[in-house]
Formats: sequence, C-alpha cells, structure tokens
Amino acid sequence: MLRFVAAVGAAFLSFLEGTGRLALFAGVSLAALLRPPFYPRIILREMVNIGYFSLPVVGLTAIFTGMVLALQSYTGFSRFSAEGAVATVVVLSVTRELGPVISALMVAGRVGAAIAAEIGTMRVTDQIDALTTLSTDPLRYLVLPRLVAGVITLPLLVVAADIIGVFGGYLVGVYKLGFNPQAYLNGTWQRLETVDVVSGLVKAAVFGFIIALLGCYQGYYSRGGAEGVGRATTYAVVSASILILIVDYLITAAFFAR
Amino acid sequence: MTKTEGVPKISVRGLCKAFGRKQVLDRIDIDCASGESLVIIGGSGTGKSVLVKCIVGLLRPEAGSIVIDGVETVGLRRSAREQLMQKFGMLFQGSALFDSLSVWENVAFGLIQGRGVERQAAREVALAKLAAVGLGPEVSVLRPAELSGGMQKRVALARAIAAEPEVIFFDEPTTGLDPIMADVINNLIVKCVRELGATAVSITHDMVSARKMADRIAMLHQGRIVWQGPTAEIDSSRNPYVDQFIHGRADGPIKMEVRAG
Repeated sequence: MLRFVAAVGAAFLSFLEGTGRLALFAGVSLAALLRPPFYPRIILREMVNIGYFSLPVVGLTAIFTGMVLALQSYTGFSRFSAEGAVATVVVLSVTRELGPVISALMVAGRVGAAIAAEIGTMRVTDQIDALTTLSTDPLRYLVLPRLVAGVITLPLLVVAADIIGVFGGYLVGVYKLGFNPQAYLNGTWQRLETVDVVSGLVKAAVFGFIIALLGCYQGYYSRGGAEGVGRATTYAVVSASILILIVDYLITAAFFAR
Repeated sequence: MTKTEGVPKISVRGLCKAFGRKQVLDRIDIDCASGESLVIIGGSGTGKSVLVKCIVGLLRPEAGSIVIDGVETVGLRRSAREQLMQKFGMLFQGSALFDSLSVWENVAFGLIQGRGVERQAAREVALAKLAAVGLGPEVSVLRPAELSGGMQKRVALARAIAAEPEVIFFDEPTTGLDPIMADVINNLIVKCVRELGATAVSITHDMVSARKMADRIAMLHQGRIVWQGPTAEIDSSRNPYVDQFIHGRADGPIKMEVRAG
C-alpha cells in the first residue's frame, strides 16, 4: 500500500516538475519579446513553414469534414424533419469547433513533430551550445520566432479551413442532397454570429502557441541521440494534441457556457 | 606558442560537477596564462568536455570558482554572460555547424547575430577566414551536409576564429579524421591561434595533436587533474597514469569505464 502511494506521489511530483519547467520555458522565451534583437526573417520563414505548407493537408481535411458533417446532419435531422438546419449546423460546427480543432491537430502532427525534430537534432549535435558560444540566446533565436509564427499563422489557416469546410458542406448540400443553392447560403449566413468566428480564431491562436511551445520544449530538452529525438517528436505531437483538446473545452466554456 | 606571465587568463579553483550520483569533476584546480595553449588529455568519459563546458558557461558547476580576466564567471547574469561569450570561440567535436545555413553564413553567424555586423561586411570577413583555413569562395555557398568531415572541421575552425576571440576552446578537434587530415587541422589550429595571439584550451585524447598544439598539458582522470606540466616534460613525468595514457597501454592504473559519465 505504502509503495503504491509512493509511486502515485512520485508520478504527481514528476508531473508538477514537468509543468513547472514548461511554464518557465514559456515564460523565459516570451520575456525575450521585451528587448531586441528580434528575428523577423526567421518569423516569416516559420510562418511559411507552418501556414503555407500546411494548407494542402488542412484544406483536404476541412473539405471532407464539411462534406461528412452535411451528410451526417442531413441523415440525422431527417428523422425529425429538421433538414433545413443542415447549413446552420455545418457553419456553426466548422467555425466554432471543427475548423480550429482539426486544423490544429493536423498542424500538430505536421509542424509540431518537425519543430521537435529540428531543435532536438540541434540539441544532440551541439548546435544549440554553438549558438550560445556565438553570443546568441537559443530561446530568443529558436523558440520565440516559432511561438510568434504559431500564434499568427494558425488563425489564418483556420480562416481558410472555415471557408473550405463550409464550401464542402455546400457541395454535398446542393449537389447530393438537392438543397436550393440560395436557400443553403441563406441558412449559412442567417444564424452565423461574429462570436462564432472570433471564438474559433481565439482557439486557433492558443492552439498555435501550444503546438509551437511543445515542439520547441520537447526538442530543446531531448537527449540520447537519434532515439531521444524520435521520442521528443512523439511527445511533442501527443502532448500538444491532448492539450489542444483540454484547452478547447476551456475556451468553449469561457465563450459559450451560460 | 607564446605565453604572457602574470595573472592567469583563466583560473579554475575547486570545481565540482556531478550528474545525478556520478561525480564527473572533483575539486579541479587549473590555470591558463594569457596567450598559452593548454591541452587537457584523458580517456573517454573522464570529464574533459564537462570541464570545458563549465569554463565556457554551457554547464553550471555545483561548487568552485572560474575566474576569467580577474572576473568570477560562475553565476553570471545572462547579459554579463553574453558579453563574456564575445571573448570566446569554440570548435565542437562534431563541428556543430548549422544545417540550415550556408558555409559562409555559418562562419559569419557570430558577427551578424552576436555583434550586429552588417551582412555584406560579415560575408567579406567569412570569406577571408575561410581562405585562412584553406577553403575557397566556391565552398562558401555550399551547405554543411555537402562537405566532408575534414572540410566541416575547417569551416568550424573558421567560425571559431571569425570574431577574433581572446580565448578559443577546441573540443576533440581531430576526432574522426584520418591522420593526414588530422595533421592539417592541427597545423591550422596552431597557425590561427598564433596569428590571433589567443589563449587556447583544447581537449583531446590524440597525443599527436596534444604534442603539436600544447605549451602545457594537464591530464584528467576520474574527475581530477592527476598531472600537469610543460609539453616537453610529459615523457619524463614518472606519473603512472600519464605513462599508461601516452603509450596507449591496456595495463596500468587506468581502468576502462563501461558507462559514459
């Protein structure tokens, strides 16, 4: 019994230690925002990496998500003759929830892993130590630009995902389910409010921060050669995905819970 | 290489560093005079790299003092540490070149990012330093992955000397190179350090390298300095650890560690 309690206690202490170290890592990295140098070229490069190169995968998942949503809503709602709500359900689901969450999960898999692998490789090959000896703060040079790029780029990606997702719903609604195009568009716009879109964009910015932070954190503290880098990429994707879903609930509750 | 008498450039006293239960450095005392070339020898896992990383400030020791130019550097604040780093250059064991940058950007990195030199001016300096290590301008646009190990070492040396540092650290500069390329790198290191008038601290287990580069040699074993003296005296040290090491004998007081430190 005592051994069990000790094991639980050790796990809890380890969790607290990890959380504290992550918070400190984020705090020290963000504190670099207060004084120059900043690295706009690196921020721009990371925005292209995170945003532009994620567009195909995010676009594909968004369009099929919108299409499936329209189909599922139609078959479900037809049981109580509420087919007219399909367009509204699609647009609200995509802008509030599916656009930001699915985009974030895709980016976590693509970009979070890449960030962890890149920084992890730099760690195990002494490149991060080399930065320090060249009078360059690794947190300022490697981490901060990725955090900034994540926060700026994810909302832009989600705007694209929202538009593509709603278009996917429109395609199925009009060409498969036989909705009148004008009626479908009216159903889309009439119930959509600013807060629906804004809440999704706020989620996206927070998710962008989480993905970049955990990718950088896992890479920065990786050790043990190629195996350690591999472990870091796995942890980066898994921990970011879990945190995205937890934070998604908290932000949803903050915006919409009455 | 020449050395200046007087206050040591680097003075280490009572330095201790442990990783978990493993005591890697155990009350190290060592000095390095200005303009001197000090080489620290010792087997793998004896704490050579850890000692240099503590002096550079990449690792924080548990106890002891590291004084550079009369200033205590253990516990320095971040901004003061960044200032101190401008005195240093370092060549890493695996070269540690930045994969995402071209060769000249690697060499000019410390000038552009660390000292705010304008890109074009930094490029000129980088090309001159590459020439000093025997590399032409055609190499400057390549990526590190396109270079052989020996060429990567040359680029890393050019990067270490680009900002003309006062102290240069060399971590196993010839490891992984064939004997001819190792000798080329040794000669380049001696030439560059001499031209800069810099203080050099090197770690190696290659005795050919050590004899070529050192004014003074110190031997590290199990986290302690077991012998130090002028290079010329190493063959007559009468120290059993030194004798076993320089002759590469399996038998003697040094037993091979199975686990890395």
